Amino acid sequence: MENIIKHHIKNVKKGDQAAFEEIVSFYQNKVYHIVFRMIGDTYEAQDIAQEAFIRAYTNIHSFDENRKFSTWLYRIATNLSIDRLRKKKPDYHLDAEVKGTEGLDMYSQLAADQALPEEEVENMELQSNIHKEILSLPPKYRGVIVLRFLDDLSLAEIGEILDLPLGTVKTRIHRGRELLRKKLRHV
Amino acid sequence: MNCEESLKLMHQYLDGDASEEEAQLLREHLHECPECQQHYQELKQTESLLSGAAYELSAPAGFTASVMAKLPKEKKRVGYMRWFRTHPVITAAAVFFLFMFTSVFSAWNNDASVSVSKQEGLIVENDLVIVPEGVTVEGDLVVENGDLDIRGEVDGDVTILNGDLVEGAGAKANMAAADNITGEYQEIDRMFGWLWFHMKQVFTF
Repeated sequence: MENIIKHHIKNVKKGDQAAFEEIVSFYQNKVYHIVFRMIGDTYEAQDIAQEAFIRAYTNIHSFDENRKFSTWLYRIATNLSIDRLRKKKPDYHLDAEVKGTEGLDMYSQLAADQALPEEEVENMELQSNIHKEILSLPPKYRGVIVLRFLDDLSLAEIGEILDLPLGTVKTRIHRGRELLRKKLRHV
Repeated sequence: MNCEESLKLMHQYLDGDASEEEAQLLREHLHECPECQQHYQELKQTESLLSGAAYELSAPAGFTASVMAKLPKEKKRVGYMRWFRTHPVITAAAVFFLFMFTSVFSAWNNDASVSVSKQEGLIVENDLVIVPEGVTVEGDLVVENGDLDIRGEVDGDVTILNGDLVEGAGAKANMAAADNITGEYQEIDRMFGWLWFHMKQVFTF
């Protein structure tokens, strides 16, 4: 897959816009996933995830083809998310109080539409809970926790994405894991 | 091993960073220390909950199309190049016709000077080719970009490209001049006639 992506990137660099469509459609879910877990709001997450792809397109010439494209792309996505979180902090509007409930809405919406077995409804509530707890982490722990289980990323790659030394990545994972342990031990 | 060390090792173990030896030490400690055992179980539960939550969320429908619509416009040149790549036969045909027509047009434009098939006894004056009186031209006569004045006789076909058969000074009238040609007489001064004539020549040689 990485080779096909590399081929598409070469074409994009030559100026073939259509080749970029393949890249977007391949990575859209992963990028959206990262941003949604970081931001919490579906609407904002979509906005930032799209912005990440547009940035990747306009800066494609600065991408070094000897490196992994996913790492580069996720870095753009996480940086944009972190920037947005920084800007968001001061303006507490109505939504801020119920931060994370968008996820809940999404899950309960699904549950209502499809009349799922109780077990699955419970699972959805659980997922929604986990999503909320991840969002309650300080952003610096949130980043490592979100990336850790996505796409089989190694700790070294997470360090590369977040521009952190390996030791710092580990420390943050340990702290984040401890924080979540306290929140999730009773679920 | 004390509990503090054990806690550090738990995280290392969960990161996949612990050696076999360290894992063994950790297991021994967890066996003896219920508090650490409890802590470790909670961490493991957290890990499994997180990995369960890591199933990929789907981007909203129409995400890709929306991104594509927002990209800055690509350079036109590339659009053409892509079209050429996807239509190689049409491209090849177009290139062929382009070359053919440019060469034909340049030949048409460059052929301004008078030329005549080589035969003895002909006189060329500016754009006028004269078959002098009393001279009989043997073989087919071709005059290009010039007029032809037959005062003598032509034993063969006459073809005039881009020119006229003229009534020379003291010579017979046009129709009469044509009478002095034993073969066929042909006057070509239209683009396609000219083209057709040249193509026929190419194929007869």
